[in-house]
Amino acid sequence: MADLINVIRDWLYNLMISWGASQDLAGFVLQVLGSILVVILCFVIVIALIWVERKLAGRIQDRFGPNRAGPFGIFQSFADIIKIFTKEYVTPTGADKSLFNIAPVLAMASVLAIWAVFPFAINVIGADVNVGVLYIVAIGSFGILAILMAGWSSNNRYALLGASRSVAMLISYEIPMVISLLIPVLLTKSMQLSAIIEAQRPWWFLIVAPTAALFFLISSMAEIGKAPFDLLEAESELVAGYHTEYSGMKFGMFYVAEFLHQYTVGALITIFFLGGWSGPMAASWPILGVVYFFTKTFLVYLVISWIRLSLPRIRIDEMLDLNWKFMIPVSFLNLVVVAVADRILMDLNLARWIYVGVMFALSMGVLLISLAIAGNSKPKVERVQFPTRPVAVSPQSDQSKS
Amino acid sequence: MLSYWLYIGIFLAVAVAFPIIAVSLPAIISPRKPSRRKQEVYECGIETEGDIRVQFKSQYYIYSLIFLVFDIETVFLFPWAVSLGKLPLFAVVEGVIFIAILFAGLIYAMQKGALAWS
Repeated sequence: MADLINVIRDWLYNLMISWGASQDLAGFVLQVLGSILVVILCFVIVIALIWVERKLAGRIQDRFGPNRAGPFGIFQSFADIIKIFTKEYVTPTGADKSLFNIAPVLAMASVLAIWAVFPFAINVIGADVNVGVLYIVAIGSFGILAILMAGWSSNNRYALLGASRSVAMLISYEIPMVISLLIPVLLTKSMQLSAIIEAQRPWWFLIVAPTAALFFLISSMAEIGKAPFDLLEAESELVAGYHTEYSGMKFGMFYVAEFLHQYTVGALITIFFLGGWSGPMAASWPILGVVYFFTKTFLVYLVISWIRLSLPRIRIDEMLDLNWKFMIPVSFLNLVVVAVADRILMDLNLARWIYVGVMFALSMGVLLISLAIAGNSKPKVERVQFPTRPVAVSPQSDQSKS
Repeated sequence: MLSYWLYIGIFLAVAVAFPIIAVSLPAIISPRKPSRRKQEVYECGIETEGDIRVQFKSQYYIYSLIFLVFDIETVFLFPWAVSLGKLPLFAVVEGVIFIAILFAGLIYAMQKGALAWS
């Protein structure tokens, strides 16, 4: 009962062996079933997330959100799916047909493929490869290619502008993201995801390396391409950015990929900084580990939604400056400090809590000092000072005072 | 280990197959009534003039060049980070010097105005 997933797996394996299948074939069939299960799980999660996101956005913006289809509007996503399935595909004249059709598939596949290496619980791991982190970084980059393909093939100026803008932004923010990913690798001395989770059993890397966690959150929010970094589809400037010309399910794929990417980033933060599946009793009850993993991921997802619904969009030059002139230098500094401190503290052989305390203090020190330096350096462009106008006072409020 | 890579191969195939199914299913059910007006490029009300694949800012190219340098650097840093525990302190300092050299490159690019969006 405790190890429900592995019990089912072993039962299926033995069933196939008893039917006369060879061990290789049985293993192969199980792997195919497992990957189909994970992919379907991703789609189901997205359907639920779209409803959660819209309801949350409604509440934050002082609206109701979806509330007609079913209780609390929970069937809204299903209604949208049925609608989007019956929409006509429109391909603009002059579009590069093959690239135009590959782009939405690639956008979705690049996000889905990251899930191949996720550890859901102690023994429930798809592929526990020893270069897991590198795999995530490599596959994650394919999404950028999909955006550029969509923008280029659409034969639309707005789409091309949106695509080139977003590629400039996405490749820029990939550097601080990868450097922040280096820090869990450095602290674990392994790129295996199960080893990274094992290494943060008593102390999460959020506590050991808070600066890296913060930078990973900010740069992966830019990678998702949602507000405050949603320049790729700045509605007032670029119609809808790179997917202006897409309709029906092809647009739906981009939309679903965006939501799934946000959830995937939540899962990555959970794995690298929040201890993954670890929690009370999770080591002996893998089913609890799965629950912890998805709960933590969902909480990170809500935090990202909260941030993106609260902040306005920033301008492209400000956004690139934030990356190249603040985040990249500081994340390199943070990497050097963490690497040297980790190496020296390991030689000293201190108690674990002293090590964690020193690492936390150094990380926070790097962040606070660089924030202080950045705050003191004045921007070169002078801000326009608008003259202050007298504020009108309504007669009603005057009466209530007197 | 080999079976893990087999799983990743299967997973990649499934991850590509599902979106293809999802995209090609509506092609059967959905209506198809193409017309010249409908298939025009969605820019504004009037017809589009001239070549659409316009030249764009060279700044994008410079950003991608600098990105390439740093991306390759991070790939080199992954093995360094993994073997940090086994390395002597000297090798750790060497890694720091490697980062410092590229950091000097970043400052040089900044001074030259390559990172200024004007």
